[in-house]
Amino acid sequence: MSGGTAVAFAIGLPLFGTILILLNDRYPNIREGITITTSICLALVVFGLVPEVTSGGRPGFVLAEIVPGLPIAFKVEPLGMLFAMVASGLWVVTSIYAIGYMRSHHEVQQTRFYACFAIAISSAMGICFAGNMLTLFIFYEVLTISTYPLVTHSESKDAVKAGRTYLGILIGTSIAFLLLAIIWTWFLTGTLDFTPGGILKGKADGPILGILLFLYMYGIGKAALMPMHRWLPAAMVAPTPVSALLHAVAVVKAGVFTVLKVIVYIFGIDTLAGIGQDDWLMYIAAFTVIAASCVALTKDNLKARLAYSTVSQLSYIILGAALANSLGIIGGGMHIAMHAFGKITLFFCAGAILVASHKTEISEMDGLGRVMPFTFIFFLIGSLSVIGLPPLGGSWSKWYLMLSAAEAGQIIFMFVFMLSSLLNIAYLMPLVARGFFAEAKDNAKILKETHSEKVNFWNGIRIGNIREAPPFCIFAMAITSTGCILLFFYADKIYRLLAPVAGIQG
Amino acid sequence: MAAVGLYNYWIVVFLMMAGFYIVIAHDNLVKKIIGLNVFQASMFILYITFGKVQGGTAPIIAEGITTYSNPLPHVLILTAIVVGVATTALGLALVVRINEAYGTIEDDEIHVQDEES
Amino acid sequence: MTEHLPALQVVIPLLCAPICMLVRYRDWSWVVALFGSWASLAIAWVLLQQVIATGTISYHMGNWAPPLGIEYRIDLVNAFVLLIVSAIAAVVTPYARESLRTEFGSNRIYMFYTAYMLCLCGLLGVTITGDAFNLFVFLEISSLSSYVLIAMGNDRRALTAAYQYLVLGTIGATFIVIGIGLLYAETGTLNMVDLAKRLADQPLSRTIGAAFGFLVVGISLKLALFPLHLWLPNAYTYAPSVVSAFLAATATKVAVYVLLRFLFTVFDVELSFGFMPLDTILFVLAVIAMFAASAVAIFQTNLKRMLAYSSVAQIGYMILGISFANVNGLAAGVLHLFNHALIKGGMFLALGCIFYRLATVNINDMAGMGRRMPWTMAAFVVGGLGLIGVPLTVGFISKWYLVLGALERDWWLAAALVLISSLLAVVYVWRVVEVAYLKPIPENATKIEDAPPAMLIPTWLLIGASIYYGINTELTVGVAKQAAQQLLGVS
Repeated sequence: MSGGTAVAFAIGLPLFGTILILLNDRYPNIREGITITTSICLALVVFGLVPEVTSGGRPGFVLAEIVPGLPIAFKVEPLGMLFAMVASGLWVVTSIYAIGYMRSHHEVQQTRFYACFAIAISSAMGICFAGNMLTLFIFYEVLTISTYPLVTHSESKDAVKAGRTYLGILIGTSIAFLLLAIIWTWFLTGTLDFTPGGILKGKADGPILGILLFLYMYGIGKAALMPMHRWLPAAMVAPTPVSALLHAVAVVKAGVFTVLKVIVYIFGIDTLAGIGQDDWLMYIAAFTVIAASCVALTKDNLKARLAYSTVSQLSYIILGAALANSLGIIGGGMHIAMHAFGKITLFFCAGAILVASHKTEISEMDGLGRVMPFTFIFFLIGSLSVIGLPPLGGSWSKWYLMLSAAEAGQIIFMFVFMLSSLLNIAYLMPLVARGFFAEAKDNAKILKETHSEKVNFWNGIRIGNIREAPPFCIFAMAITSTGCILLFFYADKIYRLLAPVAGIQG
Repeated sequence: MAAVGLYNYWIVVFLMMAGFYIVIAHDNLVKKIIGLNVFQASMFILYITFGKVQGGTAPIIAEGITTYSNPLPHVLILTAIVVGVATTALGLALVVRINEAYGTIEDDEIHVQDEES
Repeated sequence: MTEHLPALQVVIPLLCAPICMLVRYRDWSWVVALFGSWASLAIAWVLLQQVIATGTISYHMGNWAPPLGIEYRIDLVNAFVLLIVSAIAAVVTPYARESLRTEFGSNRIYMFYTAYMLCLCGLLGVTITGDAFNLFVFLEISSLSSYVLIAMGNDRRALTAAYQYLVLGTIGATFIVIGIGLLYAETGTLNMVDLAKRLADQPLSRTIGAAFGFLVVGISLKLALFPLHLWLPNAYTYAPSVVSAFLAATATKVAVYVLLRFLFTVFDVELSFGFMPLDTILFVLAVIAMFAASAVAIFQTNLKRMLAYSSVAQIGYMILGISFANVNGLAAGVLHLFNHALIKGGMFLALGCIFYRLATVNINDMAGMGRRMPWTMAAFVVGGLGLIGVPLTVGFISKWYLVLGALERDWWLAAALVLISSLLAVVYVWRVVEVAYLKPIPENATKIEDAPPAMLIPTWLLIGASIYYGINTELTVGVAKQAAQQLLGVS
């Protein structure tokens, strides 16, 4: 199918899936089948666009003009292609995981869950393929609103409060800062199209561009730049599949993706470097990297620790973008893919632990590795990728980010990256180490409980002394961990995909 | 001519302010409507004063008269009077119903009753 | 026949009123009202198309030539307002039949429709006329009938609300007529176009200044500009649901139109904004309205009252756009007139559906409403998103042009204030969302169904339109921009 039609399909397919899901409320198996089928079809459509984009094509199409002169337009370019591949690919995996998780947890309102999931993916696709800032903004807001029911899924008092923080920060920043920045940009330049080299060149003085940058960066609340990061830990109250896909992949990556798009296509790397107004951004991003890692160290709740780790990793990408050179853009873009795979693995493991052993606090997980070996091995792989050690994919993105800091002459940020890796080790490895080697405080009790508990296909696996998560979950974790390893070898392909974005020839 | 010759306008201002004051200061609903009427009456006098042409007579065609007062403001005032009458009638009808519902036509007592319920 | 359409626009509802009075058999008066409102919509649509195609229409009532005769003058601004007023009436009237069953005694229903048709006639007349005193007459027709409509509410506080509105509204109307009188004294004419010409020729005098003041204050009372909004919350809260929806979507909008007409057509821009710092005055009052009214709305437990305060805030947005006095700002004001009518009308209709089943609109009784009345609450939430200004709703388009208008004037503060006040709307809309969707249904809740289709369809028509016109903005933005240009006298 032609490029434009494929893009339309990519956005419309999940919405069509939503309708089918809503119609099949009474038939859970059909409903889950629809989710899986839609996700696979979406991934196929998205990956089908890759050849055209790598050979220089920019497929797209235009929808209505909601503001005269500003259409809802779509245009695929390499950054969006990468994000779309990550999001659509991981949707398949997360759907598999979610089925295992939701059924074993006997979650309520599953139809609403899958339906909102599909809408969220559709809006993520809209963000990936947006051809101008207005289109991106529209789908950005739709993403926030469609994920609200997912965050407040359990409808408990905590969930409602968390939902308020989530919505309050995300809508607040997007309307008060981002929308102002967008309208101002349109006022200054007369266009909002994403153009290589940026559209703000020469349209305004340095200080104005500085204020505009500030409005954009803090308006993109999903990038969790401190102090607008509170929504991320708050959203951990959501079920783990939500945390996994949305807060390791779709929502947060939409945030940093938008940051990259704004810096590359609205400001332009050279304009940004030229105005010298982005020092503050580099320092705040660096501060977020370190501060969030330090907070992560103090958290005993596993999901909270992973949430702050995400905040920290997102600022890697923002820092890479703020360094305003081509290596930074490539490193940031690559990190979108690497971190997505690594973090989603970690979240899957957290959920598996919750489902199988009903534990959420790290201090209780001593010796759990011997009861759940597969989960902990996958956790190890994911951790190594996030820490940035070869042969995991995360090492490449960290390498390019450090190179970018060197090229910009900002040695201090090289140290920031290295220090952050050390902190990552400090807050990720203990869980693995203690899981495998420490003496379990109550392993005997767990084993006794699990022996008496009925375990079926949806509930988990039990072989001898091992009491693992449900097979669907294990399968999903296996795929993402393998992905972390495979991405190490595919980093070159990502480099070449992103090169035109960063202005590197060849 | 000065200020004394403009005494019509002084009356307009006086009536306007008096009417306004009655509306604001009194709690009795019927008195408020009376105040509204006084307020509107000032407006009538204003228009009629506009209509008067120096040395003109009533605007009815008659032999030997060349200067007439302007008839248009009179027409406008007739319309405004009718509107005023309708407003007063509606206002008083509302007061009757309020009396049935609350047992009083004093604004402060009505407030008290509303607060309690 | 088509050349008499301007007259028919007013005459048809006017005739339907006494016919409603006479038709007492069951609720056949509703059928008459339905015919009256649908015919008005058809005529308004044809008139708008005509104006877009051929320009301003001038109709001489009774073939008496202006400026002595009364002229009906339709340009883009009032064609647009005619459309929205008649469209709201056309959608609300089918809804009214079912809704009034629970809220009004059935053997007096003909009285309701009589007053309703008179109100519609009055509003359409205010919009279409080109004569200043004629405007006052129609304004009073619509006001008096709206006092009657409000007083028909179930709660006895409807009576005091109507009374308060009567007193304040009459003061406002009297101010307007004093202003018109002073203008007549100065220029000798009542025709608006002629007034504009003669005022332009004359030097500014105290009479004109006084007239301007009286007119602006009187109109501000009618459109509920802060601090002259005190009549609005009670009136909208205690009126029957149909009346709240109808008035919220039309009465204040027509008053905004009157303000536009006087500020820009009769007195031109230089006079209006040069003589007094009206732009600053309107700006300050509008901003206070936007923030204070939204803040008060957050604390209301009666949802109708919450929407009433929200309306005061939204009127603030319209006035803010007007205070910018540039094309984008005026276009935003005119646009928001249309958009807000759709949103608020739809939301009040949704509340009416809830009242129909529950007999209350208190937020404490709304727990779990999202599951008990899914379609109704969905309509309310979508309308709420429009109030916030989420993209793909009409509210977004209005805010876009408002911010553009502010930026054009270098008023960065205004741009930021517009967006920040939207966040207040998030709070009061989300209060309802949380209660309706995230609270469990209480055990002793009566079993209720969703509203009947006769009420749901009009609600969703308006809410659907608020989404449709948020995406396909060709008609609304095109007309609003051209209207703004016409008003400002630029091309």
